[in-house]
Amino acid sequence: MGRITLEAVTKRFGDVEVIPPLNLDINDGEFVVFVGPSGCGKSTLLRLIAGLEDTSGGRILIDGKDATDTPPAKRGLAMVFQSYALYPHMSVRKNIAFPMRMAGVPQDEQDRRITSAAKALNLTDYLDRKPGQLSGGQRQRVAIGRAIVREPAAFLFDEPLSNLDAALRVGMRLEISELHNRLKTTMIYVTHDQVEAMTMADKIVVLRAGHIEQVGSPMELYRAPKNLFVAGFIGSPRMNLIDGAAAAEYGAHTIGIRPEHIAVSPDHGKWRGRVGVSEHLGSDTFFYVEDTGLADTITVRAGGNIDLHHGDTVFLTPDDAQMHRFDATGARVA
Amino acid sequence: MTLYYSFLNYNLLNPASISWAGWFNYQYFYTDPAFFDAIWNTLALVLGVLAITVIGGIAIALLIDKPIFGQGIVRILIISPFFVMPPVAALIWKNMIMHPSYGVFADISRALGLQPVDWFAQYPLTSIIIIVAWQWLPFATLILLTALQSLDGEQMEAAEMDGAGAVSRFIHLTLPHMARAITVVVLIQTIFLLGIYAEILVTTNGGPGNASTNLTYLIYRAARLNFDIGGAAAGGIIAVILANIVAFFLMRAVGKNLD
Ligand SMILES: Nc1ncnc2c1ncn2[C@@H]1O[C@H](COP(=O)(O)OP(=O)(O)OP(=O)(O)O)[C@@H](O)[C@H]1O
Ligand SMILES: [Mg+2]
Repeated sequence: MGRITLEAVTKRFGDVEVIPPLNLDINDGEFVVFVGPSGCGKSTLLRLIAGLEDTSGGRILIDGKDATDTPPAKRGLAMVFQSYALYPHMSVRKNIAFPMRMAGVPQDEQDRRITSAAKALNLTDYLDRKPGQLSGGQRQRVAIGRAIVREPAAFLFDEPLSNLDAALRVGMRLEISELHNRLKTTMIYVTHDQVEAMTMADKIVVLRAGHIEQVGSPMELYRAPKNLFVAGFIGSPRMNLIDGAAAAEYGAHTIGIRPEHIAVSPDHGKWRGRVGVSEHLGSDTFFYVEDTGLADTITVRAGGNIDLHHGDTVFLTPDDAQMHRFDATGARVA
Repeated sequence: MTLYYSFLNYNLLNPASISWAGWFNYQYFYTDPAFFDAIWNTLALVLGVLAITVIGGIAIALLIDKPIFGQGIVRILIISPFFVMPPVAALIWKNMIMHPSYGVFADISRALGLQPVDWFAQYPLTSIIIIVAWQWLPFATLILLTALQSLDGEQMEAAEMDGAGAVSRFIHLTLPHMARAITVVVLIQTIFLLGIYAEILVTTNGGPGNASTNLTYLIYRAARLNFDIGGAAAGGIIAVILANIVAFFLMRAVGKNLD
């Protein structure tokens, strides 16, 4: 079981309130991702849940029991750190065994769990190596192995993939998702990579300056961002945000339209502009259209075989059904 | 040269009668009861000082690693003994701290209503160990503190989450992390501790009897007090051989930490 509830949890470092009172419900078995820009308090929130930081106010409930003052080891949570935090002088086997050794798990049970974790994580051949003799991805798997064998109520990940190269990151992302499908244990995952958030999460929590801006499934956030911040943060490339007359036409202070919801034509359409940089990804092409008079650039996604060149005049037509409208405070207008 | 002298009968009081002595000097040294006392004292001195400085150094490093008020001043205070010349340090200890009538220890004893201890008469070797340890403690502390500060905080937190208490964390993480630094401290100190002699000279003069005579001091005594160059040279050779043996075993024992 791994149901975690935060009730008005607050964190101050000296006079600085990093997390203003915050409420959040994490259900058993959910994969929850905390995203937000750097310094918004993602790690702090995770460390509060882990017990590595003391709360300045509010309560943390784990499976309905107040765990606010419970020491980290007693909360039944396992954490995977960004730096992996492996014990450098211990072999992989000893690293994985360490939490069980501390908990006094019998030797044969330890061996059984190590074997099964090593098999699941492809570490069987490396059990007798030291962490220094492993690649980044392998170290990451050892850190995950060390977390798995504790059979925790929930896993906490703090940007576990940010030290890996792009290809490995995609691979590990899949592995972690698969692990979640297999174990069905609650996972809380911190990242500032919105692709990781979109692909892995059951539920995304978007944070800004310690505030929760929106909580919802990836598609909810994508389809109906509650405010300008979420609209700009979720989705890649970013949503186009347009102020002024073009927005007023839709009865809004700001309108937002995603690159994939704009039709491109060489000869007719609603907005006129000039093709700037274009990025050909094979399946898709992204055009950065300039001189529209709407915003600095409008990003547009088109199919892979459209024939437009730098400097060409282009016409854009937004799909009105996919238009997001925001008022002067940045909140979504229904 | 030393090797050559060590086989001669060469006394400075009688420089005219230099003659070939063969192994006599070695035999003389070897059969001298002071020789075994000196070896034993040398070992006790080295091991005693090592034990005190390593254990004390770890303890102090752990204490001053925590951010405390006036940390900078505390650190300078702790380092300062290292800058005091050995004979000066020994004199300070002899006359101001351990002296049976004006020493600080004696004052404390009297304040507690106890009989003051005449340190150098009653516990000569222990006294010297204390003085030398006091001098080397800053060195050990400094090296160990540096090691301690390079310990990764996330590792400690990971261990905390893994259920390791403060003691387990110290045994399983801190100590292995510092193993290399401890090795360095032990090796460097051993080299210098085998040659301690100024402290002995200004405090106990190796006595009472041979109670605080180590090998270096014995050689010094042979050369300077008895003017027996041949004997001193032989002692020197023996000391070098012994130091090599000690160093060899030391390297074997701790060298694997330095891979
Ligand atoms: N020990 C601390 N003392 C004082 N301020 C802190 C401390 N730890 C974090 N902060 C502050 O709290 C804020 C949130 O930090 P946090 O590490 O949670 O950000 P983050 O969202 O994880 O950022 P990143 O994506 O860069 O890791 C930052 O402004 C940071 O400066
Ligand atoms: Mg962080």
